[in-house]
Amino acid sequence: MLARTDVDRRTGDERPVVTVPLRIQDDGAWLSVDDQRRVGVGELWRFYDPGFCDCDLADGVVENLVEPGVDGRTVEIRAVCQCIVCGTKATTDWLPVGRIVDGEWRDIDREGLLLSNASRKRE
Amino acid sequence: MPTDVERWKSEVYGNEIRERLFEFAEKGWESIPEDERDAWFERFKWWGLYHQRNGQESYFMMRIGTPNGVLEPGQVRAVGEIADEFARGPGVNPEFGAAYADFTTRQSIQLHWIRLEDIPAIFEKLDEHGLSTQQACGDSWRNIVGCPVAGKDKHEHVDALPVALDLHDTYKGHEDHTNLPRKWKVSVTGCREGCGQGDINDLAFEPATKDGEKGFNIRVGGGLARNEPRLARDLDVFVTPDQAGEVGGALSALFRDYGDRENRYNARIKFLVDEWGAEKMRRVLQEEYVDWELPTAGEDLREEYSYNSGYATGGHSDHVGVHEQNDGNYYVGLDVLVGRMGAADVLELADLADEYGSGEVRLTQRQNAIVTDVPEENLDDLLAEDLLSDYSPDPHPFMRGSIACTGTEFCSLSIVETKNRQVRYARWLKENVELPEGVEDFHIHLSGCTASCAQPQIADVSLRGMKTRKNGEAVEALDIGLGGGLGENPQFADWVGQRVPVDEVPGAIANLLANFEDRREGDETFRTFVERLDEDELADLIEPEETDYEDPMMHNTKLTWYPYADEDDMDDSPAPARADGTPISSDD
Repeated sequence: MLARTDVDRRTGDERPVVTVPLRIQDDGAWLSVDDQRRVGVGELWRFYDPGFCDCDLADGVVENLVEPGVDGRTVEIRAVCQCIVCGTKATTDWLPVGRIVDGEWRDIDREGLLLSNASRKRE
Repeated sequence: MPTDVERWKSEVYGNEIRERLFEFAEKGWESIPEDERDAWFERFKWWGLYHQRNGQESYFMMRIGTPNGVLEPGQVRAVGEIADEFARGPGVNPEFGAAYADFTTRQSIQLHWIRLEDIPAIFEKLDEHGLSTQQACGDSWRNIVGCPVAGKDKHEHVDALPVALDLHDTYKGHEDHTNLPRKWKVSVTGCREGCGQGDINDLAFEPATKDGEKGFNIRVGGGLARNEPRLARDLDVFVTPDQAGEVGGALSALFRDYGDRENRYNARIKFLVDEWGAEKMRRVLQEEYVDWELPTAGEDLREEYSYNSGYATGGHSDHVGVHEQNDGNYYVGLDVLVGRMGAADVLELADLADEYGSGEVRLTQRQNAIVTDVPEENLDDLLAEDLLSDYSPDPHPFMRGSIACTGTEFCSLSIVETKNRQVRYARWLKENVELPEGVEDFHIHLSGCTASCAQPQIADVSLRGMKTRKNGEAVEALDIGLGGGLGENPQFADWVGQRVPVDEVPGAIANLLANFEDRREGDETFRTFVERLDEDELADLIEPEETDYEDPMMHNTKLTWYPYADEDDMDDSPAPARADGTPISSDD
């Protein structure tokens, strides 16, 4: 999986194409961005995803990272999570975990509320 | 589409990795191109090197594969010396000190804080002593496990050690089996107690008799990892000891050719057995990989299996204690709490093995060590040695039954701290909880995540790393499972307690045992007791409760660079570091 940033969406300016390899490594233990460890299992993520569980907000322990993806500059992940409120254990929708800006990784505050890709698109 | 890992493996894998590893070692950590690090760290696993977790960059876990757990005379000392000289890093463990060796549930040895630059010297020393890290990790034949007293057991059905060693010698470094879709875990059992734990391996040779000839039945597709535990399925094949190597290779080749290389989460052979069924697996094996007619299974010994079973069969459930060998000498099984032994103690163990036995030491799947070949006249003196106060052949059941994986101290996958926590649990339980009368075995296995390296699903009390919130704060927690065990009819635990904060787990176990004592019928074992209860009743047995047990690691240990450091923030990490330990800053 390669994240590409080639146009500044705010200004519309073209930028040099930057490709950033994204990988899930070590049996789903962590997300590699450009061969650097960026996101690992064991974090608690609060996210809005009515398709995941019945809670207003899921409060999920990240057990395994499954797949990386990109939506524009946003790096997303599907992960096996268990909601510590209701106990539901499932694979999440695409959740944002960081951004690639000028080829560099920027963390998203994952202790705050994460909106799944589908939820963001609905808004 | 093949995965990145498959692509990397197709470019460089197997024995040739060693040469590149040595080139990097000579030039130092920084010589690994930044955009090739994922690839090289994946490949290094084949040579037993696992890059430690976030915050510990440039340090490696090194796994030494000791087939069937056998450490020949001189090898324990070599391991102790390597641990003492090289397994030292910036973090010091408050229980185990600055240098130690871990004995694993697959009868291997793990060292931590290994620097890339030291690997050639370590490999040279390992080579000198007939030890190796080859294929200790990675997608190939892993360390072959079995009954650790094979060849010495008074009651064994067949001596499986030559078979295990032949498989080891044949398939370590064998070009046709270098690159498999995923790990390949093999167990060879010849004893009557099932100590090889074949049911949880990819390939199991299990003791059997066919037409009066002793040999092995074959099972395939067991494993515990990733919320997908499977018991190995009966392939209805019998092999003699002489045929085991060929059929083991045939099954490895079948896995190589048919295993899923497009999805690593579906790659283990257990999923192929799910898809095909044992009957098709046998048919393909016969038609495509074996030239002679495979006999159907022989008569097995499974009803006698006692190891990790929790049943009162009369057989042993571990190898702790003093036991007579088939040659009149004795083996002395020592309880190594959570499998970790300080480097100085490993060297002392080597001295004792030399002085009182043959110098040989064997490792068990319960993370313990055995001094073998002790003449009867040496027993008293060995048992009086100081080291045996710490590594007792007659430990309290809570110490004896404790198993723990590596945990967040070093492991990327783990969610919670494990080894030190299980040490604290065992000590608290020993001080505060009476076991019901006659209960001498009570197994508690603590695994930091669903990878299940501590084999939690086959314990009396199964503990698995989780998180929860307590008083609004995120804290480490454990799922609690009951009802697991091996034996004739192995069962995996039901996870009946969810996300119990770690400081309430000892109270939960105390209440569980009190409930067991209240409701126990006669002298039934704990496993027999839980088997007659349904899931709801089992859940009621667990009453999590705060006690005077205090857990200093309630916080998110994964967010530290090292949980026991005084300054443990990730930003305080001294890694990555050069060979002399000086940190490499990102500005360099």
